[in-house]
Amino acid sequence: MTLIHTPVLQVIIPLIAAPLCCLIPRSRLAWLFATLTCISTFAVSVLLIFQVHAVGVINYEMGNWPAPLGIKYHIDSLSAFILILISAIASITLLGSRAVIEQEIPERKHALFYTAFLLCLTGLLGIVATNDAFNVFVFLEISSLSTYALIAMGRNRKALMAAYEYLIMGTIGATFILIGIGLLYMQTGTLNMFDLHERMPIIGGFNSVHAGFAFFTVGIFLKLALFPLHQWLPNAYTYAPSAVSVFLAATATKVALYLLYRVFYTVFGFEFSFDVLHLGAVLLPLSIIAIILSSLIAIFQSDVKRLLAYSSLAQIGYMTLGVSLQTQAGLIASMINLFNHAFIKGALFMCLACLAYSIKTTRCEHMAGIGKTQPWVAAAFVIGGIALIGLPPTAGFVSKWYIVLAVLNTSWWLAIVVLLTSLLAVVYVWRVVEQMYLREPSDKVDHGTTVPPMLLTCTWVMIFLSVYFGIDNRFPVRMATMAAEVLMP
Amino acid sequence: MSLVTSILASLFIPLLGAILIFSYRRFPRLVEIIFVSSAAALLLVTLSIFNFGSEVYHQTHALYPLIGNIPLAFHIEPLGLVYAGVASSLWLITTIYAIGYMNANQEKKLARFYMCFCIAMMGVMGIAFAANLLTLFIFYEILTISTYPLVAHKENADAKNGARAYLGLLLTTSIGFFLVSILWTWQVSHSLDFTIGGILTGKLSDGLTLVLFTLMILGIGKAGLMPFHRWLPAAMVAPTPVSALLHAVAVVKAGVFCVLKITVYIFGIDLLQSTNANQVIIILATVTMLLASLVALQQDNLKARLAYSTISQLAYIVLGAAIATSVSIVGASMHLATHAVGKITLFFCAGAIYTATKKTSIKDMHGIGYQMPFTMVAYTVAAISIIGLPPMVGSWSKWFLVDGALSSGQIVLAIAFLISTLLNIVYLMPIAINAFARKPSEADSHYREAPKSLVLPLCITAFLCLALFFLMPYFYQFLQTIP
Repeated sequence: MTLIHTPVLQVIIPLIAAPLCCLIPRSRLAWLFATLTCISTFAVSVLLIFQVHAVGVINYEMGNWPAPLGIKYHIDSLSAFILILISAIASITLLGSRAVIEQEIPERKHALFYTAFLLCLTGLLGIVATNDAFNVFVFLEISSLSTYALIAMGRNRKALMAAYEYLIMGTIGATFILIGIGLLYMQTGTLNMFDLHERMPIIGGFNSVHAGFAFFTVGIFLKLALFPLHQWLPNAYTYAPSAVSVFLAATATKVALYLLYRVFYTVFGFEFSFDVLHLGAVLLPLSIIAIILSSLIAIFQSDVKRLLAYSSLAQIGYMTLGVSLQTQAGLIASMINLFNHAFIKGALFMCLACLAYSIKTTRCEHMAGIGKTQPWVAAAFVIGGIALIGLPPTAGFVSKWYIVLAVLNTSWWLAIVVLLTSLLAVVYVWRVVEQMYLREPSDKVDHGTTVPPMLLTCTWVMIFLSVYFGIDNRFPVRMATMAAEVLMP
Repeated sequence: MSLVTSILASLFIPLLGAILIFSYRRFPRLVEIIFVSSAAALLLVTLSIFNFGSEVYHQTHALYPLIGNIPLAFHIEPLGLVYAGVASSLWLITTIYAIGYMNANQEKKLARFYMCFCIAMMGVMGIAFAANLLTLFIFYEILTISTYPLVAHKENADAKNGARAYLGLLLTTSIGFFLVSILWTWQVSHSLDFTIGGILTGKLSDGLTLVLFTLMILGIGKAGLMPFHRWLPAAMVAPTPVSALLHAVAVVKAGVFCVLKITVYIFGIDLLQSTNANQVIIILATVTMLLASLVALQQDNLKARLAYSTISQLAYIVLGAAIATSVSIVGASMHLATHAVGKITLFFCAGAIYTATKKTSIKDMHGIGYQMPFTMVAYTVAAISIIGLPPMVGSWSKWFLVDGALSSGQIVLAIAFLISTLLNIVYLMPIAINAFARKPSEADSHYREAPKSLVLPLCITAFLCLALFFLMPYFYQFLQTIP
């Protein structure tokens, strides 16, 4: 009986838990409550995966109102894949980072922090679960607004500036998406995604559809932080509280990418997006510029958090590059990279959370000698870094393999360019590694604080996963293949 | 034990050694015991793998699919057995040497050092038994990463720069070229398995075969082919046991082993002969062979001279592979073994001299044969073997390499081999001659032989240089089974 309601439980559990959470007076209790909520959403997403495996697609009609009129939740293999990713990352993040949250954020704000975190989770899960275009906008705003609040809670005063910057850019993005939805609604009179697709007048010069497409493109690129609309991301990741950086880096842009898949493949359809309007021709150069430019900028960053943020921008470039190839192989590669990169980047930001707790800084020059003083954190960072570079046997290698193979089907010189630019990752990762191992501990920082065991364990869980999915990648590959078949039949 | 179990054991024994060393890192004695016994156990396992008859060769044992339907798979065949045998037997000798060297020179962080050494050996065994290119590539990169801490071991500015060059060049070539060519191979042939006769016949035009072969061989940066050879001298900042085992035996031999294996089992010698896809690599290897010898002449640091000598000798093997006749392949795979034995001895000698006298410069080593007779006799024996004169084992492999060049009608290459041999004499022998012919200066007369744990291993390997000369006929029969 309850199994029927799993699609809505996925979203409603954190949504109900969020306001309850802010009523809890004690910080530890609020943490416990929020963590348990995350874990239960994870359990629901596991259930969903099994259901999707069993029946293929789950449709859930809100209040039993049938589809074009009511809101429908639609879970196929793509949504289930992203849902389990988000809820898993949220659980691990929150489970591990209680200590670092307590250290970075004043106690009176703790309950609010966990509330905002749960709201953000609700928004992200909602975007993925729903099949209603306007509902997507609502959840997008829920997640965005709570993200602004979360970023603003950062320890550095520049966090306010970063949150404000993101607020402006994010609102523009969300508004553009809303305008896009409005234009499509004007033309078709429906909001359900499949319905939209069926009623979409593809042939003929329907300016409102074209304009809607343009608004969607810019809005999604903004949320995705694709070059040249990426300006908000480095500051947001750098100045947000450590736990928020972990969660955002691993999930927020991934959900934007999910939205890209959904809007351009499901709503507009592959033919319209890529053959009529040549989205590929826009994505391909932007992706390549994003990869090269962000990697180059990352090399010169002195704050490791910012370095990783730029590296994320480059990785987003790889994911959109897969999409721009307009082949099923490219789409699969993009999704595999999405999944693997979430764990790798999550793990690396967890390492930084450990360091933010123990040495109170994430600047590169302060990491000197961490290999001696914090051997476990440093070792985790090295493994995560190797995965980020994409060396076997880590998950990063699997992503690289699929992406380069997909690119190779299109052009071989591009494959060499992609592989050579991926070497830039060696430069920026190894700068940090050398700092950690080949320098004497700096006396400017206090090395006395040890990392709480829970935080370290969760970091290593993430590290383990980013190596595990390199050795046994059947799950992500199968899910990505099924999802790509749904999107590009 | 079945074959699969043995192969897996050869991977897990070094790994287990590494884990145990990590767990008992606070007990230096215990770490040393674990280090030596894992090497001994590995040698036993390798010998047990040798015991399987030739009927199990080329049987692929797929464990599970790694990416798509490409499995993690292992097999045994003569080339891999030679490499595994050489690496595991010399590892046992090196463990004893390494313990002696590290203690005598009071190096720090021994547990990390031994641990990375073990992981590197796991990479070596994986490369030796890999049954497809993907498996090979994975262990190739494990070997790269696990040797980085060994090169950077001293943690000073020199070590940092050396290690940077090491990692940078090896990763650039392996990711920039090797991985591309693997993916390309997969795309055109939908197979990465090492197959007798190759998998690329008829799949590519002649020109593209040339591009792919060149790209792939250049991608194997560990083979030290110019212009990607700089990492080898840079890696000489590592403690000498690392230079001895890894940069004279395991890592560089992994490179040339990959070259041989790809030549024989991915392209196939017939394809290379018929398409002339080997021309670029032949030229590069010849140039490397001669240029590296000339550079070696000018090196005053003993280890640097040996490093350039290694680059030159590796080019012999690459050249033998690229000539691609069955004789030259036999010569090249034989040279893989004979050069390993000779060069490890030379490096052991360099380390022993450094330990006893702290000398690294060749011009300071005059008359050193009086104080360190065992070391310098061993040096002379090994140098003769590297030059390729009887009665040392190196003469056999050089014989077959020259024979291979001649039988394929490439007189120029045979002459190049001979010129290089002359250069070998010029840069290796003066050290031996000056060690005995000149009298030591007064200030040097108090030096004695290095500790026994250093001298014994180098005597063993020097003896092997001599003994294997007489055992080579058996070895030759074995190598002839390479298709």
